[in-house]
Amino acid sequence: MLAAIVGVFGYYSLFVERYNDAFEFMKEGLRLTIEMALWGFLIALAIGLVAGLGRISRNVVARNVARTYIEFIRGVPTLPMIFFVNYVIVPSVVDFLNLDLQSITPQWRAIFALALIYGGYLAEVFRGGIQSVTKGQMEAGRSLGLSYRATMRSIILPQALRAIIPPLGNDFIAILKDTSLLSLIAVREITQNAKIYSNASFDFRESYMVLTFMYLVLVLGLSFLLSRFEARMTRYEAGERS
Amino acid sequence: MIRVSGLYKTFGKDIHALRGVDLSVDSGEVVVVVGPSGCGKSTLLRSINMLERPTHGIVEIDGTVLTDKKVNLDRVRADVGMVFQQFNLFPHRTVLDNVMLAQRKVRGRSKAEAGEVARQQLEHVGIPEKADAYPRQLSGGQQQRVAIARALAMNPKVMLFDEPTSALDPEMISEVLEVMLKLSREGMTMIVVTHEMGFARAAADRVVFMDEGQIVESGTPGEMFDNPQHQRTRDFFDKILSH
Repeated sequence: MLAAIVGVFGYYSLFVERYNDAFEFMKEGLRLTIEMALWGFLIALAIGLVAGLGRISRNVVARNVARTYIEFIRGVPTLPMIFFVNYVIVPSVVDFLNLDLQSITPQWRAIFALALIYGGYLAEVFRGGIQSVTKGQMEAGRSLGLSYRATMRSIILPQALRAIIPPLGNDFIAILKDTSLLSLIAVREITQNAKIYSNASFDFRESYMVLTFMYLVLVLGLSFLLSRFEARMTRYEAGERS
Repeated sequence: MIRVSGLYKTFGKDIHALRGVDLSVDSGEVVVVVGPSGCGKSTLLRSINMLERPTHGIVEIDGTVLTDKKVNLDRVRADVGMVFQQFNLFPHRTVLDNVMLAQRKVRGRSKAEAGEVARQQLEHVGIPEKADAYPRQLSGGQQQRVAIARALAMNPKVMLFDEPTSALDPEMISEVLEVMLKLSREGMTMIVVTHEMGFARAAADRVVFMDEGQIVESGTPGEMFDNPQHQRTRDFFDKILSH
């Protein structure tokens, strides 16, 4: 059923006049959509790991900073948060560092916004994964003379990764979808392109059908890749066991 | 070699796990700690390598005062082997890697050297053929023997055993106890928390009986089993030796 819908949408987008015109115009934004999702996600991974480790640190300051950050992010919906990063955080930081605001492109501001938001969500994913590893593993590492860091790196994190990878995949799909919100800060990804094209041509129906087609292909394609990847991981685990 | 004095440990507000424990263990001595569950024996053992931080008191190993905040605990722990009730092997690594990991990261041994030591220790505990297996492929008894090999590979000055056979099926208990008995005969300094009185009789130089966070009495296995001085000790042995 879904395949049929995608097929019909695809047929229109690629072969039917006006739909195809919209497609040709909008596809220029595809690269930006994918790039922003990728960069945003990579930076979010780094932020999330640090914040997740901070959340369970024995250091009170680290713990509180991490918790404040996570709760702040979770306390604001995504769109206002994107505005907040774009219009408040980035300009403030730029002022503080005495830089030129123009030197930071809208794309990068958008990427920072996504990274900060998803860093907060991923922190909880990392924390959950780490805490799913039994306490005895940390004790075993420490009792052998390994430091907290070394135990975390060689013993806890590799095990936590198994619990973390499936939710991480879902968050990557979510971040890809949320790049559409960046059209509201004038980044020319595909949603913004659809708005521009439809306003100029009045081909609203064409533009938004093509846009939907593009997201369906991106998200479904990604889901497919992720499920294959997960299946391989569990097969690897099962193989180990036998 | 190990000196514990005036050790107190309180969990939360009103759980007093240890209430003034004094204990000295000489080099080469095997001390078995027994007592009813909840008496503080595990807490005592875990305080000796600071997995549990005592509320008060002093723990000293080989002249180093562990309760001193400035002491590098990682360095001390490298010299103190510990075997857990739940084995705590690293499930994502092979048996050989389990035994090599800390040698490489803490002792800085080369891969070749660590591998050789690991194989020797696996031989020592009687499972050299399992080097390339993963922990989950082993029986409980085998896993615990790997855990012992992992600790021994660090050339510890003392070995701590925290109920090493309590999580094992009955038929696997003896293979672990045999390894421990062998260690005691080789002169390893050992502190063992266990309910295995047969092991205590065969291996212990001294049996320590604890109850309610304190050491009630201690003595040679003969003295303790055949002629305990305190009523609490007598009650405890009556209960566990009667079945």
